[in-house]
Amino acid sequence: METITITMKNQPALYLEADCVSPDAFAGMTAAQIAELSVYEGNVTGTLGKYFDVTGSAGTTAADTKIIVRGDVKKVKYLGMKMSAGEMVIEGDADMYVGAWMTGGKILAKGSVDAFAATAMKGGELTIEGNAGNYLGAAYRGDWRGMSGGKISVKGNAGSDIGMYMLGGEIVINGNIDVHVATHAEGGKVVIKGDAKSKVGGQMVEGDIYIFGSIDIMMPGFKPAGEVELEVEGTKGKFAHFIGDMGERHKKKKGQVIYANLYKKI
Amino acid sequence: MSEYVIKNGHVFDPVQGIKGDKAEVAIKDGKIVEKAGSGAKVIDAKGMTVMAGAVEIHAHIAGPKVNLGRIYRPEDKLFTCTPTKGMERMGSGNSIPSTFKTGYEYAKMGYTTCMEAAMPPMFSRHVHEEIRDTPIIDEGAFPVFGNNWFVMEYLKNHEVENTAAYIAWMLRATKGYAVKVVNPGGTEAWAWGLNCLTVNDPVPYFDITPAEIVKGLIEANEYLGLPHSMHIHPNNLGNPGCYETTLDTLKLAEGMKANNKFGRESVMHLTHTQFHSYGGTNWGDFESKAKEVTDYVNKNRNITIDTGNVTLDETTTMTADGPFEHHLTGLNHLKWANVDVELETAAGVVPYIYSPNISVCAIQWAIGLEIPLMMKDPMRCYITTDHPNAGPFTRYPRVFKWLMSTKAREEQINAFKHKDKVLTQTSIGSLDREISLYELAQMTRAGPAKSLGLGNMCGGLKPGMDADVAIYNFNPEKPVANPDDIEKAFTRCAFTFKSGVEVVRNGEIVSTGHKRTLWVNAKIKDNPQVVRDINEKFLKYYSMTQANYESLGHHFVPNPFAIEVDAT
Ligand SMILES: [Zn+2]
Repeated sequence: METITITMKNQPALYLEADCVSPDAFAGMTAAQIAELSVYEGNVTGTLGKYFDVTGSAGTTAADTKIIVRGDVKKVKYLGMKMSAGEMVIEGDADMYVGAWMTGGKILAKGSVDAFAATAMKGGELTIEGNAGNYLGAAYRGDWRGMSGGKISVKGNAGSDIGMYMLGGEIVINGNIDVHVATHAEGGKVVIKGDAKSKVGGQMVEGDIYIFGSIDIMMPGFKPAGEVELEVEGTKGKFAHFIGDMGERHKKKKGQVIYANLYKKI
Repeated sequence: MSEYVIKNGHVFDPVQGIKGDKAEVAIKDGKIVEKAGSGAKVIDAKGMTVMAGAVEIHAHIAGPKVNLGRIYRPEDKLFTCTPTKGMERMGSGNSIPSTFKTGYEYAKMGYTTCMEAAMPPMFSRHVHEEIRDTPIIDEGAFPVFGNNWFVMEYLKNHEVENTAAYIAWMLRATKGYAVKVVNPGGTEAWAWGLNCLTVNDPVPYFDITPAEIVKGLIEANEYLGLPHSMHIHPNNLGNPGCYETTLDTLKLAEGMKANNKFGRESVMHLTHTQFHSYGGTNWGDFESKAKEVTDYVNKNRNITIDTGNVTLDETTTMTADGPFEHHLTGLNHLKWANVDVELETAAGVVPYIYSPNISVCAIQWAIGLEIPLMMKDPMRCYITTDHPNAGPFTRYPRVFKWLMSTKAREEQINAFKHKDKVLTQTSIGSLDREISLYELAQMTRAGPAKSLGLGNMCGGLKPGMDADVAIYNFNPEKPVANPDDIEKAFTRCAFTFKSGVEVVRNGEIVSTGHKRTLWVNAKIKDNPQVVRDINEKFLKYYSMTQANYESLGHHFVPNPFAIEVDAT
């Protein structure tokens, strides 16, 4: 695997849209060619090289390419957007849409990321060592197709509306989360090791939520369905089982109505 | 104005009966002329296909429900934005493109005249503001009448003359072009939680049936002598077995004769026929009844139709058939928006994905192609996608490919997950007809222009007609190596001329021309009763005054082209 490193040298005055920063776009290019790729600051089109030093070289395919993003990229959006393979390490905090629409490969964000990370993600792995913003693994605005595959792990906390319209895949949050989890979801698995607030699983059709900590206010559409022993993410324990959202439509499989499951650790 | 002479091209013009001969087309002062002057700019169309600008008879491209679709579907704009480029302003949207993108895309495909198929009268101002902002193409809009309180009250007593006077007032007030009917009575019934699924279901409170509304509107249309016929989306759209309602609706035109000075022979235009040609009793035994419907239309010369081809895309359905959209959201569980328009109509919007892996969608695709392939007279059958309902209008070149090439159809049939079901439930597999370029010109130019009463103005290349010309990079003398070449050639014109102005060159916009709004100014005898009824309804029921209702002046209709009708 070849490594290419981009290092912030000139901070943009506005936010920088850099959807070209992905192993797919870099594959087969020299550092000089990569520096010529287009990025957008407001309505001005510039080159990646205007803002970043580009060193190293990319592999021949996305799978052979690793990107290291250095420096302060708090004002850079769309890092790793639509990536299908390869690796990316973001050493500092990043702005919105990290790994949005990604279908494969691995992203490691060593800092925190802002909202809409892994929007409509289909595959691959996104690991965030800091905190994640709102709408992690959610659907794009207006869309009904959220995250459908892959895995997102967050060591810190996450914001609100994570896993909205989730269809598949996995989200694991080590810390706490804000309101609205897996709203409208029709599949997938969300594990919250810390505390949740309210609107957990609202209008959820199918899928599983595991909460290790507290829930401030339960949704009225979830009803108790007993207690179960489970092993979740390496932790064994007893969970209270709820099914819902009773106000939503639900599929039937072999005559059985399929509800979404909410497991709350006792 | 510039003069042009288009040389060496293969001309297809049903108006003059030219079937691919090399003929010169000369343009002067915005019109087609016998001969251009010696200083005329020469366009070399060697190895190319030359046709009149195409005419769109039914699309939803302007107004509140289109914009509702734009507003509530930001995901339709995702990755489909087009940046500013040369003459072009930025655009966005795929199934519901922004106004500017709409004008550009039509012109790039060689379309120069387009009809917005459903204008809610109370929101005509919004419709016209969007038409104004849609560059290049001439546009007209059809106000909807099929659930209108005035119409139902007059026709309950068979007052055709009063209905006609009301239509004339409405066309003037809204700058409308034709009489559109959507699910007659059914949309009003829905306000009472009901629907009209046959032509004989009574409309609650109004004590009238869809059959009476349809017949009365045809009579009023012909009383006025409007350029277009009554244009109908019948009851029971989109349900298995709906073809029977369709045939019952078509039969309402029996014995009716066209009365107009525009050369139109039809009294009824059946729109998006595909959605109305379904047999079966449920989605499991769903089947094509294209043969039954086209057999009837083939025999009855006073009917014209358009197809409503399913393009197998993700799109946005939108119709004044409010109950249908409510039914649809129950089937696909996608988001639903609805608008009620007081006294007049309603509309609903739901996204839809026509997936080649779903048997119903594949059968719908086949029905949409069977209809034009089964129609004997291409002058009475026009290609549409009921944009955006069965697919975006930008897919027309793909529909042309399927119609012009059995190979292209076979490739698609083989790609369907439920290929066998498509072949048993439809007869698409046994149709080997390939639509010729001449027939295509009939179905997309001369035919729709004639049905709209514009046959003397557009849809042909006869001297004296508007100089709307489309030149495609398609050589009719060469065998088609790959059907995709057809789609490619019709997607981007080599040249498009609109009213004698070169608007597209090499597939790029080079001028935004001077688009016009087409509307019909029908003069009638004074009718104090209808004037009184209108005043009374505004005082009693409407939430706005009459002065705020009408589309008047430069802001709404900056470049009007009124077609005059005298019914005094
Ligand atoms: Zn329509």
